[in-house]
Amino acid sequence: MKRQRALEKTIEATLFGAAAVSVLAVILITVFLFQSGLPLFGKVKVSEFLFSTDWAPTAATPRFGILSFIVGSFSVTGLSLLFAVPVGLAVGIYLAELAEKKNSRLIRSAVELLAGIPSVIYGLFGIAVISAASRTLFGGSGYSVLSAAIVLAIMTLPTIINVTEVSLRALPRELKEGSLALGATEWQTIGKVLVPAARSGIVAGVILGMGRAIGETMAVLMVGGNAPIMPTGLNSMVRTLTMNIITDMSYATGDHLTSLFATGIVLFAFILILNLGVQLILKRTISQVEGAAGA
Amino acid sequence: MDPRPPKFDVRHLDLWYGQTQALKDVSFSIDPNTITALIGPSGCGKSTFLRVLDRMNDLIEGVRVEGSVLYDGEDIFGDRDVIELRKRVGMVFQKPNPFPMSIWDNIAYGPRVHGVKDKKALSDLVERSLVQAALFDEVKDRLHKPALGLSGGQQQRLCIARVLAVEPDVLLMDEPTSALDPISTAKIETLLDELKRRYTIVIVTHNMQQAGRVSDRTGFFLHGELVEYAPTRDIFFNPRDERTENYISGRFG
Repeated sequence: MKRQRALEKTIEATLFGAAAVSVLAVILITVFLFQSGLPLFGKVKVSEFLFSTDWAPTAATPRFGILSFIVGSFSVTGLSLLFAVPVGLAVGIYLAELAEKKNSRLIRSAVELLAGIPSVIYGLFGIAVISAASRTLFGGSGYSVLSAAIVLAIMTLPTIINVTEVSLRALPRELKEGSLALGATEWQTIGKVLVPAARSGIVAGVILGMGRAIGETMAVLMVGGNAPIMPTGLNSMVRTLTMNIITDMSYATGDHLTSLFATGIVLFAFILILNLGVQLILKRTISQVEGAAGA
Repeated sequence: MDPRPPKFDVRHLDLWYGQTQALKDVSFSIDPNTITALIGPSGCGKSTFLRVLDRMNDLIEGVRVEGSVLYDGEDIFGDRDVIELRKRVGMVFQKPNPFPMSIWDNIAYGPRVHGVKDKKALSDLVERSLVQAALFDEVKDRLHKPALGLSGGQQQRLCIARVLAVEPDVLLMDEPTSALDPISTAKIETLLDELKRRYTIVIVTHNMQQAGRVSDRTGFFLHGELVEYAPTRDIFFNPRDERTENYISGRFG
Protein backbone atom coordinates (compact mmCIF):
# COMPACT_ATOMS: atom_id res chain seq x y z
CA MET A 1 0.00 0.00 0.00
CA LYS A 2 2.62 2.43 1.14
CA ARG A 3 4.83 1.70 -1.82
CA GLN A 4 1.98 2.24 -4.19
CA ARG A 5 1.21 5.60 -2.60
CA ALA A 6 4.86 6.62 -2.93
CA LEU A 7 4.87 5.54 -6.57
CA GLU A 8 1.77 7.60 -7.31
CA LYS A 9 3.30 10.61 -5.60
CA THR A 10 6.43 10.22 -7.73
CA ILE A 11 4.46 9.97 -10.95
CA GLU A 12 2.44 13.02 -10.00
CA ALA A 13 5.57 14.99 -9.19
CA THR A 14 7.22 13.99 -12.48
CA LEU A 15 4.21 15.06 -14.51
CA PHE A 16 4.02 18.32 -12.61
CA GLY A 17 7.70 18.87 -13.30
CA ALA A 18 7.17 18.32 -17.01
CA ALA A 19 4.28 20.76 -17.02
CA ALA A 20 6.34 23.29 -15.10
CA VAL A 21 9.13 23.05 -17.67
CA SER A 22 6.83 24.17 -20.48
CA VAL A 23 5.51 27.11 -18.46
CA LEU A 24 9.08 28.00 -17.52
CA ALA A 25 10.09 27.88 -21.19
CA VAL A 26 7.43 30.44 -22.10
CA ILE A 27 8.51 32.70 -19.26
CA LEU A 28 12.18 32.41 -20.13
CA ILE A 29 11.59 33.15 -23.80
CA THR A 30 9.50 36.19 -22.94
CA VAL A 31 12.01 37.55 -20.43
CA PHE A 32 14.93 36.93 -22.74
CA LEU A 33 13.22 38.51 -25.72
CA PHE A 34 12.22 41.63 -23.86
CA GLN A 35 15.59 41.90 -22.15
CA SER A 36 17.36 41.82 -25.48
CA GLY A 37 14.93 44.01 -27.40
CA LEU A 38 13.63 46.67 -25.01
CA PRO A 39 16.94 48.60 -24.68
CA LEU A 40 16.39 49.82 -28.24
CA PHE A 41 13.62 52.07 -27.03
CA GLY A 42 16.11 54.01 -24.94
CA LYS A 43 17.49 55.30 -28.23
CA VAL A 44 14.60 55.01 -30.67
CA LYS A 45 11.10 56.17 -29.85
CA VAL A 46 8.48 53.37 -29.87
CA SER A 47 6.31 55.42 -32.20
CA GLU A 48 9.18 55.91 -34.63
CA PHE A 49 10.04 52.21 -34.53
CA LEU A 50 6.43 51.15 -35.22
CA PHE A 51 5.29 53.91 -37.56
CA SER A 52 8.31 54.86 -39.66
CA THR A 53 9.08 53.15 -42.91
CA ASP A 54 12.71 54.19 -42.88
CA TRP A 55 14.87 51.14 -42.24
CA ALA A 56 18.59 51.95 -42.47
CA PRO A 57 20.21 50.16 -39.55
CA THR A 58 23.76 50.38 -40.86
CA ALA A 59 23.69 54.04 -42.03
CA ALA A 60 25.89 56.70 -40.43
CA THR A 61 22.87 57.80 -38.43
CA PRO A 62 21.00 54.47 -38.27
CA ARG A 63 17.23 54.61 -38.60
CA PHE A 64 14.95 51.86 -37.38
CA GLY A 65 11.44 52.00 -38.78
CA ILE A 66 9.63 48.68 -39.26
CA LEU A 67 6.22 49.82 -40.48
CA SER A 68 6.90 48.37 -43.96
CA PHE A 69 7.51 44.98 -42.42
CA ILE A 70 4.41 45.11 -40.22
CA VAL A 71 2.39 46.01 -43.31
CA GLY A 72 4.28 43.29 -45.20
CA SER A 73 3.43 40.64 -42.61
CA PHE A 74 -0.22 41.59 -42.50
CA SER A 75 -0.71 41.93 -46.24
CA VAL A 76 0.93 38.57 -46.96
CA THR A 77 -0.97 36.86 -44.13
CA GLY A 78 -4.26 38.53 -44.97
CA LEU A 79 -4.02 37.70 -48.65
CA SER A 80 -3.06 34.11 -47.88
CA LEU A 81 -6.17 33.73 -45.70
CA LEU A 82 -8.25 35.15 -48.52
CA PHE A 83 -7.07 32.22 -50.61
CA ALA A 84 -6.93 29.56 -47.91
CA VAL A 85 -10.22 30.13 -46.06
CA PRO A 86 -12.67 29.46 -48.92
CA VAL A 87 -10.70 26.45 -50.15
CA GLY A 88 -10.13 25.14 -46.62
CA LEU A 89 -13.81 25.52 -45.73
CA ALA A 90 -14.88 23.81 -48.92
CA VAL A 91 -12.55 20.85 -48.38
CA GLY A 92 -13.49 20.60 -44.69
CA ILE A 93 -17.20 20.59 -45.53
CA TYR A 94 -16.66 18.03 -48.28
CA LEU A 95 -14.74 15.73 -45.93
CA ALA A 96 -17.21 16.04 -43.07
CA GLU A 97 -20.50 15.90 -44.95
CA LEU A 98 -20.24 14.79 -48.54
CA ALA A 99 -17.24 12.58 -49.31
CA GLU A 100 -17.55 8.82 -49.50
CA LYS A 101 -15.35 6.94 -47.06
CA LYS A 102 -12.78 5.95 -49.66
CA ASN A 103 -12.36 9.47 -51.03
CA SER A 104 -12.25 11.10 -47.64
CA ARG A 105 -9.53 8.71 -46.45
CA LEU A 106 -7.42 9.54 -49.47
CA ILE A 107 -7.90 13.30 -49.13
CA ARG A 108 -7.34 13.24 -45.40
CA SER A 109 -3.99 11.50 -45.73
CA ALA A 110 -2.97 13.96 -48.45
CA VAL A 111 -3.87 16.85 -46.15
CA GLU A 112 -1.90 15.30 -43.29
CA LEU A 113 1.08 14.92 -45.58
CA LEU A 114 0.75 18.56 -46.60
CA ALA A 115 0.91 19.54 -42.94
CA GLY A 116 4.12 17.58 -42.45
CA ILE A 117 6.14 19.06 -45.32
CA PRO A 118 9.03 21.23 -44.04
CA SER A 119 8.62 24.89 -44.89
CA VAL A 120 11.89 25.02 -46.84
CA ILE A 121 10.36 22.52 -49.28
CA TYR A 122 7.38 24.84 -49.68
CA GLY A 123 9.90 27.57 -50.41
CA LEU A 124 11.57 25.50 -53.12
CA PHE A 125 8.20 24.70 -54.63
CA GLY A 126 7.36 28.41 -54.45
CA ILE A 127 10.51 29.38 -56.33
CA ALA A 128 10.20 26.68 -58.95
CA VAL A 129 6.48 26.92 -59.62
CA ILE A 130 4.70 29.90 -58.14
CA SER A 131 7.33 32.59 -58.66
CA ALA A 132 7.98 31.27 -62.14
CA ALA A 133 4.28 31.34 -63.00
CA SER A 134 3.91 34.80 -61.51
CA ARG A 135 6.85 36.01 -63.59
CA THR A 136 5.26 34.71 -66.76
CA LEU A 137 1.80 36.02 -65.94
CA PHE A 138 2.46 39.36 -64.28
CA GLY A 139 6.07 40.19 -65.17
CA GLY A 140 8.60 41.45 -62.65
CA SER A 141 10.84 39.20 -60.61
CA GLY A 142 8.12 36.82 -59.51
CA TYR A 143 9.20 37.34 -55.90
CA SER A 144 6.27 39.21 -54.47
CA VAL A 145 3.44 39.62 -52.00
CA LEU A 146 1.28 37.45 -54.21
CA SER A 147 3.80 34.59 -54.46
CA ALA A 148 4.43 34.62 -50.72
CA ALA A 149 0.70 34.68 -50.00
CA ILE A 150 0.02 31.72 -52.28
CA VAL A 151 2.75 29.63 -50.65
CA LEU A 152 1.45 30.58 -47.20
CA ALA A 153 -2.10 29.76 -48.24
CA ILE A 154 -1.06 26.22 -49.17
CA MET A 155 0.74 25.91 -45.85
CA THR A 156 -2.27 27.07 -43.81
CA LEU A 157 -4.76 24.88 -45.66
CA PRO A 158 -4.27 21.76 -43.48
CA THR A 159 -5.06 23.68 -40.28
CA ILE A 160 -8.23 25.20 -41.70
CA ILE A 161 -9.38 21.95 -43.32
CA ASN A 162 -8.83 19.94 -40.15
CA VAL A 163 -10.54 22.33 -37.81
CA THR A 164 -13.50 22.78 -40.15
CA GLU A 165 -13.95 19.03 -40.50
CA VAL A 166 -13.57 18.37 -36.78
CA SER A 167 -15.98 21.18 -35.83
CA LEU A 168 -18.61 19.88 -38.25
CA ARG A 169 -18.20 16.28 -37.12
CA ALA A 170 -18.54 17.33 -33.50
CA LEU A 171 -22.09 18.59 -34.13
CA PRO A 172 -24.85 16.28 -32.90
CA ARG A 173 -26.34 14.17 -35.68
CA GLU A 174 -29.80 15.28 -34.57
CA LEU A 175 -29.10 18.76 -35.91
CA LYS A 176 -28.60 17.52 -39.45
CA GLU A 177 -31.53 15.11 -39.23
CA GLY A 178 -33.77 17.83 -37.83
CA SER A 179 -33.11 20.01 -40.83
CA LEU A 180 -33.43 17.25 -43.43
CA ALA A 181 -36.65 16.01 -41.82
CA LEU A 182 -38.16 19.46 -42.41
CA GLY A 183 -37.57 18.94 -46.12
CA ALA A 184 -34.43 21.05 -46.40
CA THR A 185 -31.91 19.97 -49.01
CA GLU A 186 -28.44 18.83 -48.05
CA TRP A 187 -26.99 22.18 -49.17
CA GLN A 188 -29.51 24.21 -47.20
CA THR A 189 -28.73 22.06 -44.17
CA ILE A 190 -24.99 22.60 -44.52
CA GLY A 191 -25.19 26.31 -45.26
CA LYS A 192 -27.93 27.41 -42.90
CA VAL A 193 -27.60 25.04 -39.95
CA LEU A 194 -24.34 23.10 -39.80
CA VAL A 195 -21.74 25.71 -40.76
CA PRO A 196 -23.32 28.43 -38.56
CA ALA A 197 -23.47 25.95 -35.68
CA ALA A 198 -19.79 25.11 -36.12
CA ARG A 199 -18.85 28.75 -36.65
CA SER A 200 -16.87 29.31 -33.44
CA GLY A 201 -14.66 26.30 -34.02
CA ILE A 202 -14.07 27.26 -37.62
CA VAL A 203 -13.12 30.83 -36.69
CA ALA A 204 -10.72 29.52 -34.06
CA GLY A 205 -9.13 27.34 -36.73
CA VAL A 206 -8.74 30.26 -39.10
CA ILE A 207 -7.03 32.29 -36.38
CA LEU A 208 -4.71 29.38 -35.60
CA GLY A 209 -3.83 29.20 -39.29
CA MET A 210 -3.27 32.95 -39.29
CA GLY A 211 -0.87 32.58 -36.38
CA ARG A 212 1.04 29.97 -38.29
CA ALA A 213 1.14 32.19 -41.38
CA ILE A 214 2.30 35.32 -39.60
CA GLY A 215 5.10 33.41 -37.88
CA GLU A 216 6.26 31.55 -40.98
CA THR A 217 9.78 32.53 -42.02
CA MET A 218 11.60 30.25 -44.41
CA ALA A 219 9.02 29.81 -47.14
CA VAL A 220 8.13 33.50 -47.39
CA LEU A 221 11.80 34.45 -47.31
CA MET A 222 12.38 32.30 -50.38
CA VAL A 223 9.56 33.77 -52.49
CA GLY A 224 8.87 37.23 -51.02
CA GLY A 225 11.85 39.07 -52.50
CA ASN A 226 12.87 40.48 -49.09
CA ALA A 227 13.32 44.11 -50.26
CA PRO A 228 13.02 46.40 -47.20
CA ILE A 229 10.40 48.60 -48.82
CA MET A 230 6.74 49.31 -48.28
CA PRO A 231 4.85 46.91 -50.56
CA THR A 232 2.89 48.87 -53.14
CA GLY A 233 0.90 46.10 -54.78
CA LEU A 234 0.49 42.39 -55.24
CA ASN A 235 3.47 42.20 -57.55
CA SER A 236 5.68 44.26 -55.25
CA MET A 237 8.55 42.68 -53.32
CA VAL A 238 7.93 42.36 -49.64
CA ARG A 239 9.76 41.88 -46.36
CA THR A 240 7.86 40.57 -43.34
CA LEU A 241 8.75 40.85 -39.65
CA THR A 242 10.14 37.32 -39.64
CA MET A 243 12.20 37.96 -42.78
CA ASN A 244 13.59 41.12 -41.21
CA ILE A 245 14.85 39.20 -38.20
CA ILE A 246 16.46 36.36 -40.12
CA THR A 247 18.07 38.46 -42.86
CA ASP A 248 20.34 40.58 -40.71
CA MET A 249 20.75 38.22 -37.78
CA SER A 250 23.98 36.66 -38.96
CA TYR A 251 25.97 39.90 -38.97
CA ALA A 252 24.09 42.54 -36.96
CA THR A 253 25.72 44.06 -33.88
CA GLY A 254 24.92 46.73 -31.32
CA ASP A 255 21.68 48.69 -31.82
CA HIS A 256 21.08 46.90 -35.08
CA LEU A 257 21.03 43.56 -33.26
CA THR A 258 18.82 45.00 -30.53
CA SER A 259 16.40 46.26 -33.18
CA LEU A 260 16.01 42.71 -34.49
CA PHE A 261 15.04 41.50 -31.03
CA ALA A 262 12.61 44.43 -30.82
CA THR A 263 11.11 43.25 -34.13
CA GLY A 264 10.72 39.88 -32.40
CA ILE A 265 8.80 41.55 -29.57
CA VAL A 266 6.34 43.02 -32.07
CA LEU A 267 5.85 39.64 -33.74
CA PHE A 268 5.47 37.99 -30.34
CA ALA A 269 2.82 40.53 -29.35
CA PHE A 270 0.81 39.90 -32.52
CA ILE A 271 0.88 36.15 -32.02
CA LEU A 272 -0.05 36.53 -28.35
CA ILE A 273 -3.07 38.61 -29.32
CA LEU A 274 -4.13 36.02 -31.90
CA ASN A 275 -3.82 33.22 -29.34
CA LEU A 276 -5.83 35.11 -26.76
CA GLY A 277 -8.44 35.62 -29.44
CA VAL A 278 -8.62 31.87 -30.09
CA GLN A 279 -8.95 31.09 -26.40
CA LEU A 280 -11.72 33.63 -26.02
CA ILE A 281 -13.62 32.13 -28.92
CA LEU A 282 -13.14 28.58 -27.69
CA LYS A 283 -14.32 29.54 -24.22
CA ARG A 284 -17.45 31.01 -25.75
CA THR A 285 -18.03 27.83 -27.72
CA ILE A 286 -17.67 25.66 -24.65
CA SER A 287 -20.06 27.77 -22.61
CA GLN A 288 -22.55 27.60 -25.49
CA VAL A 289 -22.33 23.80 -25.53
CA GLU A 290 -22.69 23.62 -21.76
CA GLY A 291 -25.62 25.98 -21.92
CA ALA A 292 -27.28 23.64 -24.40
CA ALA A 293 -26.59 20.55 -22.30
CA GLY A 294 -27.74 22.17 -19.08
CA ALA A 295 -31.04 23.39 -20.48
CA MET B 1 -64.51 2.30 -39.84
CA ASP B 2 -63.22 5.41 -41.49
CA PRO B 3 -64.68 5.66 -44.96
CA ARG B 4 -61.72 7.68 -46.24
CA PRO B 5 -58.77 5.91 -47.88
CA PRO B 6 -55.83 5.23 -45.54
CA LYS B 7 -53.07 7.82 -45.09
CA PHE B 8 -50.40 5.17 -45.26
CA ASP B 9 -50.74 1.75 -46.75
CA VAL B 10 -47.76 -0.47 -46.01
CA ARG B 11 -47.45 -3.67 -47.99
CA HIS B 12 -44.95 -6.47 -47.40
CA LEU B 13 -42.23 -4.13 -46.23
CA ASP B 14 -38.78 -5.67 -45.70
CA LEU B 15 -35.75 -3.67 -44.67
CA TRP B 16 -32.11 -4.66 -44.30
CA TYR B 17 -29.17 -2.90 -42.73
CA GLY B 18 -26.42 -4.58 -44.72
CA GLN B 19 -26.95 -8.29 -43.96
CA THR B 20 -29.23 -7.75 -40.97
CA GLN B 21 -32.95 -7.78 -41.61
CA ALA B 22 -34.57 -5.13 -39.42
CA LEU B 23 -38.14 -5.31 -40.73
CA LYS B 24 -39.88 -8.48 -41.89
CA ASP B 25 -42.93 -8.45 -44.09
CA VAL B 26 -44.71 -5.58 -42.35
CA SER B 27 -48.18 -4.84 -43.71
CA PHE B 28 -50.79 -2.52 -42.28
CA SER B 29 -52.55 0.75 -42.93
CA ILE B 30 -52.89 3.97 -40.99
CA ASP B 31 -56.11 5.98 -41.11
CA PRO B 32 -56.13 9.76 -41.40
CA ASN B 33 -56.60 11.87 -38.25
CA THR B 34 -55.74 9.04 -35.91
CA ILE B 35 -52.93 8.52 -33.47
CA THR B 36 -51.11 5.26 -34.00
CA ALA B 37 -48.72 4.08 -31.30
CA LEU B 38 -45.88 1.71 -32.11
CA ILE B 39 -44.61 -0.27 -29.14
CA GLY B 40 -42.10 -3.04 -28.59
CA PRO B 41 -38.76 -3.78 -26.93
CA SER B 42 -35.57 -1.94 -27.94
CA GLY B 43 -34.26 -2.99 -31.32
CA CYS B 44 -37.61 -4.42 -32.43
CA GLY B 45 -37.72 -2.22 -35.53
CA LYS B 46 -40.37 0.32 -34.51
CA SER B 47 -38.09 3.34 -34.89
CA THR B 48 -36.68 1.94 -38.12
CA PHE B 49 -40.22 1.60 -39.40
CA LEU B 50 -41.08 5.16 -38.41
CA ARG B 51 -38.05 6.41 -40.29
CA VAL B 52 -39.17 4.58 -43.42
CA LEU B 53 -42.29 6.74 -43.56
CA ASP B 54 -40.36 9.96 -44.27
CA ARG B 55 -37.39 8.15 -45.79
CA MET B 56 -34.94 9.28 -43.12
CA ASN B 57 -33.37 5.84 -43.46
CA ASP B 58 -31.99 7.05 -46.79
CA LEU B 59 -29.29 8.76 -44.72
CA ILE B 60 -27.88 5.47 -43.47
CA GLU B 61 -25.43 3.67 -45.70
CA GLY B 62 -26.29 0.16 -46.76
CA VAL B 63 -30.06 0.29 -46.18
CA ARG B 64 -32.16 -1.76 -48.56
CA VAL B 65 -35.93 -1.71 -48.70
CA GLU B 66 -38.39 -4.03 -50.43
CA GLY B 67 -42.16 -3.88 -50.59
CA SER B 68 -44.16 -0.71 -50.85
CA VAL B 69 -45.43 2.13 -48.73
CA LEU B 70 -48.28 4.11 -50.22
CA TYR B 71 -48.80 7.63 -48.91
CA ASP B 72 -52.13 9.03 -50.10
CA GLY B 73 -52.06 6.24 -52.65
CA GLU B 74 -48.61 7.05 -54.02
CA ASP B 75 -45.51 4.91 -53.51
CA ILE B 76 -43.01 6.89 -51.41
CA PHE B 77 -40.12 5.02 -53.03
CA GLY B 78 -41.34 5.85 -56.52
CA ASP B 79 -40.84 9.08 -58.40
CA ARG B 80 -42.05 11.10 -55.44
CA ASP B 81 -39.64 13.85 -54.48
CA VAL B 82 -38.16 13.08 -51.07
CA ILE B 83 -38.05 16.81 -50.19
CA GLU B 84 -41.77 17.09 -50.88
CA LEU B 85 -42.42 13.90 -48.89
CA ARG B 86 -40.53 15.20 -45.85
CA LYS B 87 -42.38 18.48 -46.07
CA ARG B 88 -45.71 16.64 -45.90
CA VAL B 89 -44.54 14.08 -43.36
CA GLY B 90 -42.83 15.84 -40.47
CA MET B 91 -40.76 14.20 -37.77
CA VAL B 92 -40.14 14.97 -34.09
CA PHE B 93 -37.10 13.27 -32.62
CA GLN B 94 -36.41 11.58 -29.32
CA LYS B 95 -33.97 14.21 -28.17
CA PRO B 96 -35.13 17.82 -28.60
CA ASN B 97 -32.94 19.19 -31.40
CA PRO B 98 -33.52 22.93 -31.74
CA PHE B 99 -31.04 24.66 -34.03
CA PRO B 100 -28.56 26.97 -32.30
CA MET B 101 -30.45 30.09 -33.37
CA SER B 102 -33.31 32.16 -31.99
CA ILE B 103 -36.75 30.73 -31.26
CA TRP B 104 -38.20 32.75 -34.13
CA ASP B 105 -35.53 31.60 -36.59
CA ASN B 106 -36.02 27.99 -35.55
CA ILE B 107 -39.71 28.09 -36.47
CA ALA B 108 -39.16 30.18 -39.59
CA TYR B 109 -36.42 27.84 -40.83
CA GLY B 110 -38.75 25.31 -42.46
CA PRO B 111 -40.95 27.82 -44.31
CA ARG B 112 -37.85 29.71 -45.40
CA VAL B 113 -36.17 26.70 -47.00
CA HIS B 114 -39.43 26.09 -48.81
CA GLY B 115 -39.32 29.58 -50.26
CA VAL B 116 -41.45 31.78 -47.97
CA LYS B 117 -39.68 35.13 -47.88
CA ASP B 118 -42.36 37.59 -46.81
CA LYS B 119 -41.60 38.73 -43.27
CA LYS B 120 -45.26 39.20 -42.36
CA ALA B 121 -46.21 35.75 -43.59
CA LEU B 122 -43.30 34.24 -41.67
CA SER B 123 -44.27 36.08 -38.50
CA ASP B 124 -47.84 34.81 -38.78
CA LEU B 125 -46.60 31.26 -39.31
CA VAL B 126 -44.25 31.49 -36.33
CA GLU B 127 -47.00 32.71 -34.04
CA ARG B 128 -49.60 30.25 -35.30
CA SER B 129 -47.21 27.31 -34.97
CA LEU B 130 -46.18 28.28 -31.44
CA VAL B 131 -49.82 28.65 -30.43
CA GLN B 132 -50.63 25.25 -31.90
CA ALA B 133 -47.72 23.71 -30.00
CA ALA B 134 -48.98 25.34 -26.76
CA LEU B 135 -45.73 27.23 -26.36
CA PHE B 136 -46.59 30.76 -27.46
CA ASP B 137 -47.54 32.20 -24.07
CA GLU B 138 -44.32 30.95 -22.51
CA VAL B 139 -42.00 32.42 -25.13
CA LYS B 140 -43.81 35.37 -26.70
CA ASP B 141 -41.57 37.87 -24.89
CA ARG B 142 -38.33 36.24 -25.98
CA LEU B 143 -38.88 35.11 -29.55
CA HIS B 144 -35.50 36.45 -30.55
CA LYS B 145 -33.58 34.77 -27.73
CA PRO B 146 -31.60 31.56 -28.34
CA ALA B 147 -33.77 28.46 -28.45
CA LEU B 148 -31.15 26.53 -26.52
CA GLY B 149 -32.03 28.60 -23.46
CA LEU B 150 -35.44 26.90 -23.19
CA SER B 151 -36.11 23.97 -20.86
CA GLY B 152 -36.13 20.44 -22.30
CA GLY B 153 -39.92 20.29 -22.42
CA GLN B 154 -40.15 23.70 -24.06
CA GLN B 155 -37.46 22.71 -26.57
CA GLN B 156 -39.48 19.65 -27.55
CA ARG B 157 -42.63 21.72 -28.05
CA LEU B 158 -40.51 24.15 -30.07
CA CYS B 159 -39.48 21.22 -32.27
CA ILE B 160 -43.13 20.30 -32.70
CA ALA B 161 -43.93 23.93 -33.60
CA ARG B 162 -41.03 23.89 -36.06
CA VAL B 163 -42.53 20.90 -37.82
CA LEU B 164 -46.03 22.41 -37.80
CA ALA B 165 -44.70 25.57 -39.44
CA VAL B 166 -44.07 23.74 -42.72
CA GLU B 167 -47.78 22.80 -42.65
CA PRO B 168 -47.40 19.04 -42.83
CA ASP B 169 -50.08 16.43 -43.07
CA VAL B 170 -48.52 13.71 -40.92
CA LEU B 171 -46.50 13.92 -37.71
CA LEU B 172 -44.03 11.15 -36.93
CA MET B 173 -42.78 11.13 -33.37
CA ASP B 174 -39.90 9.00 -32.21
CA GLU B 175 -40.23 8.65 -28.42
CA PRO B 176 -40.87 12.39 -28.15
CA THR B 177 -41.21 12.44 -24.36
CA SER B 178 -38.60 9.92 -23.26
CA ALA B 179 -36.14 12.69 -22.37
CA LEU B 180 -38.73 14.81 -20.55
CA ASP B 181 -40.11 15.13 -17.03
CA PRO B 182 -43.70 14.01 -16.25
CA ILE B 183 -45.18 17.53 -16.39
CA SER B 184 -43.69 18.26 -19.82
CA THR B 185 -44.81 14.81 -20.93
CA ALA B 186 -48.37 15.54 -19.84
CA LYS B 187 -48.34 18.82 -21.77
CA ILE B 188 -47.23 17.10 -24.94
CA GLU B 189 -49.77 14.32 -24.55
CA THR B 190 -52.56 16.89 -24.20
CA LEU B 191 -51.19 18.59 -27.26
CA LEU B 192 -51.30 15.36 -29.26
CA ASP B 193 -55.02 15.07 -28.67
CA GLU B 194 -55.49 18.58 -30.07
CA LEU B 195 -53.24 17.98 -33.05
CA LYS B 196 -55.04 14.81 -34.06
CA ARG B 197 -57.92 16.87 -35.47
CA ARG B 198 -55.67 18.25 -38.18
CA TYR B 199 -52.91 15.72 -38.53
CA THR B 200 -52.30 12.02 -38.73
CA ILE B 201 -49.90 11.07 -35.96
CA VAL B 202 -47.64 8.05 -35.61
CA ILE B 203 -45.79 7.82 -32.31
CA VAL B 204 -43.11 5.39 -31.22
CA THR B 205 -43.06 4.96 -27.47
CA HIS B 206 -41.43 2.86 -24.80
CA ASN B 207 -44.01 3.98 -22.33
CA MET B 208 -47.00 1.70 -22.51
CA GLN B 209 -49.18 3.89 -20.34
CA GLN B 210 -48.52 6.63 -22.87
CA ALA B 211 -49.56 4.41 -25.74
CA GLY B 212 -52.70 3.56 -23.79
CA ARG B 213 -53.48 7.19 -23.01
CA VAL B 214 -52.97 8.82 -26.38
CA SER B 215 -53.43 6.37 -29.21
CA ASP B 216 -56.37 5.08 -31.18
CA ARG B 217 -54.57 2.07 -32.57
CA THR B 218 -51.44 0.32 -31.43
CA GLY B 219 -48.96 -1.83 -33.31
CA PHE B 220 -46.69 -4.21 -31.42
CA PHE B 221 -43.32 -4.92 -33.03
CA LEU B 222 -41.03 -7.81 -32.07
CA HIS B 223 -37.82 -8.83 -33.83
CA GLY B 224 -38.73 -6.78 -36.90
CA GLU B 225 -42.22 -8.24 -37.25
CA LEU B 226 -45.49 -6.49 -36.67
CA VAL B 227 -46.97 -9.04 -34.29
CA GLU B 228 -50.30 -7.39 -33.73
CA TYR B 229 -52.03 -4.23 -34.88
CA ALA B 230 -55.41 -3.38 -33.42
CA PRO B 231 -57.43 -0.72 -31.62
CA THR B 232 -55.42 0.25 -28.57
CA ARG B 233 -58.01 -1.01 -26.14
CA ASP B 234 -57.90 -4.48 -27.70
CA ILE B 235 -54.12 -4.60 -27.60
CA PHE B 236 -54.10 -3.79 -23.92
CA PHE B 237 -57.15 -5.67 -22.67
CA ASN B 238 -57.74 -8.36 -25.19
CA PRO B 239 -54.53 -9.17 -27.10
CA ARG B 240 -54.89 -11.94 -29.60
CA ASP B 241 -51.26 -12.95 -29.76
CA GLU B 242 -49.58 -14.56 -26.78
CA ARG B 243 -46.39 -12.55 -27.40
CA THR B 244 -48.33 -9.30 -27.18
CA GLU B 245 -49.88 -10.39 -23.94
CA ASN B 246 -46.47 -11.34 -22.51
CA TYR B 247 -45.04 -7.96 -23.45
CA ILE B 248 -47.99 -5.97 -22.18
CA SER B 249 -47.98 -7.78 -18.87
CA GLY B 250 -44.29 -7.06 -18.51
CA ARG B 251 -42.91 -10.56 -18.92
CA PHE B 252 -40.14 -9.31 -21.24
CA GLY B 253 -38.95 -6.17 -22.93
